[in-house]
Amino acid sequence: MAKFKKSRRGGQQAINTASLPDIVFMLLFFFMVSTTMKEVDLKVMIKPAQATELVKLERKELVTFIYVGIPNKAFQSLYGTEPRIQLNDQFATVDDIQSYIAQARDNMRESDQAKMIVSIKADRECPMGIITDIKQALRKAAALKINYSANQKADSN
Amino acid sequence: MAKRELQEVNAGSMADIAFLLLIFFLMTTTMDSDTGLARTLPPIVPEDEPPPPPIKERNVFAVLLNSQNQLLVEGEPMDISELKDAAKEFIENPERKDNLPEFKEIEVPLLGTVEVSKGVISLQSDRGTEYQAYLMVQNELARAYNELRQEFARKKFGKDYKDLDEDEMKAVRMVYPQKISEAEPKNVGGK
Repeated sequence: MAKFKKSRRGGQQAINTASLPDIVFMLLFFFMVSTTMKEVDLKVMIKPAQATELVKLERKELVTFIYVGIPNKAFQSLYGTEPRIQLNDQFATVDDIQSYIAQARDNMRESDQAKMIVSIKADRECPMGIITDIKQALRKAAALKINYSANQKADSN
Repeated sequence: MAKRELQEVNAGSMADIAFLLLIFFLMTTTMDSDTGLARTLPPIVPEDEPPPPPIKERNVFAVLLNSQNQLLVEGEPMDISELKDAAKEFIENPERKDNLPEFKEIEVPLLGTVEVSKGVISLQSDRGTEYQAYLMVQNELARAYNELRQEFARKKFGKDYKDLDEDEMKAVRMVYPQKISEAEPKNVGGK
């Protein structure tokens, strides 16, 4: 009579894993799309400053970075322990900033050039002297929109 | 010859490959978006240009920051926590005091004629000032302006400042323009 055979009793059935690759691929695409590769290797140590009234840098292609901080341990014998400027992948001086900005501007689309933003990523203990020098150089290079990079501060009030 | 049955490709290792790629992207990814305080630098002044007319003292809110990260506001030492309220009082001048800034009337779209403070915040730091301290001062001043704009937006439009549309935001910004002037830094701390 039994038309439907009872499936084998005992012994667990293996879960069908055929859709596992699909799930993993979905995750993979999500990360591929949302990822931004680290553009430069930092050669200076930066502990970011903290603030509360932050604005997000929306369009990455408009932003040029200037890093300021004490050189990494590996570079200290060569560059000392005073805060230094890093542009792209190398150490630089204040005098290099103008040509760096000009170059970065040339690489941008013409319609975006006026909207260029320079983000200054400086270590929180870095003295203002070097930052002021950078600001003066940026004024000379006519890059007037700047952004003092900082992280969100844990709310204290 | 008997036709052999088409063998299925074994897709079992597909998951492993995908996992490998996934882990690679997980490691290299930086999700953090960059944030910071946006500022505009003043354009460089040509040398032959005459100096700008002096600003009346009552219209200037002088903030000095020395190499020990100590604040001097309008000639008095001050803690950073009090700076925001002092700046707000300066900009708003609620009791129209004589030693606080004057007002001028300007035409603002959407709002008509509005009294706008002539006050300017002047910030001067030392070459030895710590970046964090300087940023905190900038942050507090920005907060003063943001709170004023927020209060104004609530009063006039009944909405939060961030919910206003573009024209309304522009109007509020005209009423409370962020006027922070940065003087050339001094080098007293000797660093």
